[in-house]
Amino acid sequence: MIRFLATRTLGAIITLFAKSFIIFALIGLMPGDPLDLLAQANPDATPESIATLRSIYSVDQPLPDRYVAWLQAALHGDFGFSRIQHRPVLDIVVPALGNTLVLTGIAFVISTIIAVFLGTIAATRKGSWIDRAINLLAYAGISVPSFWLSLVLIYIFAVKLGWLPAGGMPHVGDGAQSWASHLLLPVAALVMVEIGGLTRYARSAMLEVLGQDYIRTARAKGIANGRMLLRHALRNAMIPVITIIALGFGHLFSGALLVENIFAWRGMGRLILEAIMGNDYNLALVCLLFTTAMILVASILADLAYTWLDPRISLGGRRR
Amino acid sequence: MTIPLLTAAALTVDLGTRNPVRILDGISFELQAGRTLGVVGESGCGKSMTALALIGLVPEPHRIGGSLRLGDVELNTLDAERRRLLRGKRVAMIFQEPMTALNPVVSVGQQIAEMLEVHEAASTSEARRRAIALLGQVGIAAPGERAPAFPHQLSGGMRQRVMIAMAIACRPQILIADEPTTALDVSVQAQILDLLLELQRREGMAMLFISHNLGVISEVSDEIMVMYAGRIAEQGPAAEVLARPTHPYTRGLITTMPDIRHRQRLLPVIPGAVPDPRHRGQGCSFAARCAEAEDICSEAVPALRGHLHRAACVHA
Repeated sequence: MIRFLATRTLGAIITLFAKSFIIFALIGLMPGDPLDLLAQANPDATPESIATLRSIYSVDQPLPDRYVAWLQAALHGDFGFSRIQHRPVLDIVVPALGNTLVLTGIAFVISTIIAVFLGTIAATRKGSWIDRAINLLAYAGISVPSFWLSLVLIYIFAVKLGWLPAGGMPHVGDGAQSWASHLLLPVAALVMVEIGGLTRYARSAMLEVLGQDYIRTARAKGIANGRMLLRHALRNAMIPVITIIALGFGHLFSGALLVENIFAWRGMGRLILEAIMGNDYNLALVCLLFTTAMILVASILADLAYTWLDPRISLGGRRR
Repeated sequence: MTIPLLTAAALTVDLGTRNPVRILDGISFELQAGRTLGVVGESGCGKSMTALALIGLVPEPHRIGGSLRLGDVELNTLDAERRRLLRGKRVAMIFQEPMTALNPVVSVGQQIAEMLEVHEAASTSEARRRAIALLGQVGIAAPGERAPAFPHQLSGGMRQRVMIAMAIACRPQILIADEPTTALDVSVQAQILDLLLELQRREGMAMLFISHNLGVISEVSDEIMVMYAGRIAEQGPAAEVLARPTHPYTRGLITTMPDIRHRQRLLPVIPGAVPDPRHRGQGCSFAARCAEAEDICSEAVPALRGHLHRAACVHA
């Protein structure tokens, strides 16, 4: 177990290093650097003064040298300053990451519970009207773009009915009610988009399990349906579903990018967009790295969940 | 004479709704307490379907006709909930492949204990204690240490012992064993057969033993029922049927048993295969493969003839 965690953590760190270089190189290779923007904004800047500035900011150095310099600073905990916000990058990213985790975390838990529940019902009543209704709902969820759904939700609940705020963050020190009212619409938008595919997957995993011999055995034992589903079917069906859930976490993260922007939620999605649009490469780099780290953590958690669900899988390659 | 434990009379099973296919046709037999009925036939003859019909697990959608009585209770018209409570409690079943028939993510002890929790409202600790005792009864050494194990950690023979422990947990009156030894090594097969026979003697259970292997059937059965294409070909006391088989199919099965005393170059076979139940024709379903077939055989399905020892053949 400890060996497994150590190997996986090491792998994650290597991935992060590789990813940091790739992002750094991609941003560095983008046409135009911050000083071009500066030069455009100031018609009085001479080529000489721009060149001086370039050497002050080390933008004239070759890309690998710049990467090494950045990495050395980063390893000492210095991720640089944001060009547009004039604050250390970490001071900006950490609260945004917190906001995103609140939003996606809640949406994640709710959509998983709903999808597994709907998938199970659809599988046990395969071919009935309720199965078809759930299928229709799932396909609607898959097909509807999140930005459109967000706009519709805002139009109905904020503009027409006026029940909920159209967007924004609760203020510091606000109570739970303010949090709930600000979270409700973006969470709903994310959940509706997310449950589509997950429900379909949970249904097919459940159908597969319900056709297994051990389910016939459970029936032959005279076990009631509810107990059979909970004790015998669900746990087996969850094993493949966990993979999709873990991968879906990355999906949810990128889905949050659009939804956060529409609802003006101060999270990573908004920050990444602002950073890239403003050529704030320090900020963009760190944002993308943090997002990668989150997805890596999710996949490690998924592997831990496997071993908890399935006794046939043992970590570290040793059979128990 | 006391009423039989289980009576099937003209039992039929049709699968499907739009174009139902008759999978079982006119199955009748009686099962007495403490006795074993051996059901034999090739794959696709309806042996397993007979077992599923007895335990009430025929795949949907289906229609069941005829009568199936447990003591004096008609099972075919019993409501689903009461039928469920009989399963495992009074009629238990063992399946062919213990690896897939056991739930891979639940410990074997829990899978046995569950029977007692469901049918006898045993407390968790009581069920656990009795599950360990049952593991001991089916010949598993150090049962207390084996109970928390998962199916993949046990050998094939041990897994089948677990299945048996599960089936006998509530001391059922009838045990259905569907090819219980087919998936096992030959050396383990004999051990499992001995265990089943010993448990049957001790508990006085009736057993419906299904196998495609006439050798195994002849060792365990008091009565034999030979099935072909969803119908009964021949049935009667085991010794009678084996010594004086009247249906050509039964004779075919007996001659195809390999005999260890005589080395044979080519094993004898019955030419052809079991017909698809969708196109069975109107005559005897075995006629196409039968060396003794005459014109009359393809005209109508022959009725079962005889009293205690019966066969469905115009030549019988």
